[in-house]
Amino acid sequence: MIQSLDPRIAREKINEENNIAPLTEMDNWETYEVFHQKKRGDQHIHVGIVHAPNPEMAFLFGKEQYGRRGISVNMWVVKTSNVFASDYDDSDIFDTVPEKQYREAGGYKVMSKINKYKKENTL
Amino acid sequence: MEHIKELLYKMADDLLILGHRNSEWTGLGPILEEDIAFSSMAQDKIGHAQALFQILFELGEAEPDTNAFMREAKQFHNSQLVELPNDDYDFSSVRHFLFDHADQIRFNMLSESSFEPLAKVARKIKGEIKYHVFHADIWLVKLGNGTEESKARMQSAINMAWNYALGIFEEGDYELQLQSENIFAGEKELQKRWLDAITPIIEKANLKIPAESEWNPILGGRKGYHTEYLDQLVNEMSEVFRIEPNTEW
Repeated sequence: MIQSLDPRIAREKINEENNIAPLTEMDNWETYEVFHQKKRGDQHIHVGIVHAPNPEMAFLFGKEQYGRRGISVNMWVVKTSNVFASDYDDSDIFDTVPEKQYREAGGYKVMSKINKYKKENTL
Repeated sequence: MEHIKELLYKMADDLLILGHRNSEWTGLGPILEEDIAFSSMAQDKIGHAQALFQILFELGEAEPDTNAFMREAKQFHNSQLVELPNDDYDFSSVRHFLFDHADQIRFNMLSESSFEPLAKVARKIKGEIKYHVFHADIWLVKLGNGTEESKARMQSAINMAWNYALGIFEEGDYELQLQSENIFAGEKELQKRWLDAITPIIEKANLKIPAESEWNPILGGRKGYHTEYLDQLVNEMSEVFRIEPNTEW
């Protein structure tokens, strides 16, 4: 057992020879994906996962894991098993997208037109 | 001002000592996420204590740091409940439940106080305490309805903590004055509302409150009478500050 001068460690009576044992069913709860929203009306952003036995506790933990720093006004929790993801092998369907610049809205050079107008009309 | 200071000291000391005790679980909690949540709430409690020490400072008492770390155990006015050492998580969890409900109701009552600095703090921290109580309730209900072992442990923790918890409501010397000046409606009223709040949740957790005929409030904390555990806590808590009390941090 670990003999520590720190009573909080000593009283735990931790066994140093940690035998590797198979996980029992209770050892790992399901994971939940956590999303938080910074401002009402914003998109919810994925921030990570928590292990929890049900949505109520997932929310309880998520608030402290991911809502401790910075502002959040809202939080979603979704079971990881309810998230459907595409296969990485299929990522080639996205390969030629960067070449298709005509799909970007960058063709509308609004700011430069506004600045040009401002310049012309304040002279 | 003595009546207000008495109220502030007992609140601040409760929060400081409990915050410290709860922080002792950091790194040793039962589950990673729970460890983080509990430690974070302990931080919150110490923050609340600091806000109250700040008001005391503005009323002429010592600076918050000096007040928190230079007093001896017998000068503290916390209830004995909060100084008891952490035993197992069942005790700490039940203490968290019993104390935080009282804390929430007390601050709710004070958010209407005629003493504006305290009312302001009460209104500001409302959301933090809401989470603390939410957290305590969930765990109590989950563990009370869990296995035979979890139910037995939670019940025995309630039985052990009950008389200490009643000590939170030890009346001070200025109850009538605080009431007549509309500063605080008093410990008796607080205890009544506390019982109303916790009874349904304890029922939902399939647990029992000890029979009223067996209640025996453990008093004295408010007057500076403490267990030997507070000495040990104060020494540990103040150790670093006392090495060099006048340092800039």
